[in-house]
Amino acid sequence: MALQEVCHFYDSVPSSSEHSPVALALEGCCAEYRSAKVGHSLPVFYLPVMKSQPVCQPWKTINLSTMPSSTSSVKSFMLAEESKRPFDLSHGTTTLSFKFQGGVIAAADTRSSCAKKVECPSSQKIIPIHSHLVGTTSGTSADCTLWKRILSYKCRLYQLQNKRTLTVRGTAKLLSGALFPFKGTELCVAATLCGWDHTGPALYYVYSDGTCLEGDLFSVGSGSPYAYSILDREYHFDMSVDEAYCLARRAVYHATHRDAYSGGNVDLYHVTKEGWRKIEDRADYTSLEG
Amino acid sequence: MEYLIGIQGPDFVLVAADTVAASSIIQMKHDYDKMFKLSEKILLLCVGEAGDTVQFAEYIQKNVQLYKMRNGYELSPDAAANFTRKNLADYLRSRTPYHVNLLLAGYDDHDGPALYYMDYLSSLAKAPFAAHGYGAFLTLSILDRYYKPDESVEFILNLPAFNVRLIDKHGIKDLEKLPLATTSTS
Repeated sequence: MALQEVCHFYDSVPSSSEHSPVALALEGCCAEYRSAKVGHSLPVFYLPVMKSQPVCQPWKTINLSTMPSSTSSVKSFMLAEESKRPFDLSHGTTTLSFKFQGGVIAAADTRSSCAKKVECPSSQKIIPIHSHLVGTTSGTSADCTLWKRILSYKCRLYQLQNKRTLTVRGTAKLLSGALFPFKGTELCVAATLCGWDHTGPALYYVYSDGTCLEGDLFSVGSGSPYAYSILDREYHFDMSVDEAYCLARRAVYHATHRDAYSGGNVDLYHVTKEGWRKIEDRADYTSLEG
Repeated sequence: MEYLIGIQGPDFVLVAADTVAASSIIQMKHDYDKMFKLSEKILLLCVGEAGDTVQFAEYIQKNVQLYKMRNGYELSPDAAANFTRKNLADYLRSRTPYHVNLLLAGYDDHDGPALYYMDYLSSLAKAPFAAHGYGAFLTLSILDRYYKPDESVEFILNLPAFNVRLIDKHGIKDLEKLPLATTSTS
């Protein structure tokens, strides 16, 4: 891309596999790699497009002409976006994230609710920002997806202007600072940024009222108290990777069981030194025994 | 509810803050530090509304550090307190007032230790002891009864799960954090 050449800043070519991000500026060019402060490769930015997605995509622009007109779920989703909200938005979600010896885990349910109805049973609540950072979203899903995209572009701009990547701490501060002017308005974004930078695994909680906290374990959303009780009991930093996956899924499941506004399936992402990875396609865990 | 306390001694100031960052009923963090180091011998303790605390305290912190960079010497605690109060006052009648309650504790090489109490209405008072939060209702009367200006450090402070720091002519020192007694889990 032109800006990259002007800034003399070239990304490395990432490995292509089903679940890893595709570099925004690939276009066949594989120029010299300039390393950042640390040894591992720079995060790559991308426009999130994944194969075999469900119809309801909060963050994907829906091209009506290509959508089959009989998809009533799409229509109801679009209606929910366009209306002037004569009703209260209910912010129903369970998302959780924690650090452990093997990286950072982010897990979330997939139910989008609006006006006490389930608008979308299979929405994406974990959004990748760049190859080494994902963010869980809670609050108003439209606000969250918009601000995640804004964060993505701000991170990329910083990377091009300063020839180094923002740490997760810097990204959290950037998001927090961008949201602060909207404090007191109806904007509601409660995100946890889960990433890996040169300091190792990093986890930050950012809320649109201005809170920006660093921690080892966070759960956000209406179902979070239920998830916290499971997590507080079984979490420890030295868990194995399988134990961590199991704990994350179990905590979300218990929250979806009790909380009316959480439900659907469990999305699970694992961030390591090599980047983020979605663990597997959604399976129905509603029958998971506690 | 968040709690701050400061006690001035003959040649030191002792400050403590709780370490909980809560969001309604959930404790998001148990080890949150509410003290902001303005300079080698000045600490700002800040509680109040969620985002306002960090934004305001960091703004004051960076400005105090900038003063030192520009002029080569540090602001005194008195000057820093008045600067903070002025900023609070300027924002008070704007569309975005900062809802923060502060304690500023410092040691001046000429004037000795100083403790300043500030609240969200930008009042400023230099006091021998001060506290913020619901806990203040309980502790202020104890301090009224037992405080003497020439008490030494042993006065204090058997506080579980608090950040306790001491400022004297040598700078800021972290005092030992006494953990909460935990019940054994089954």
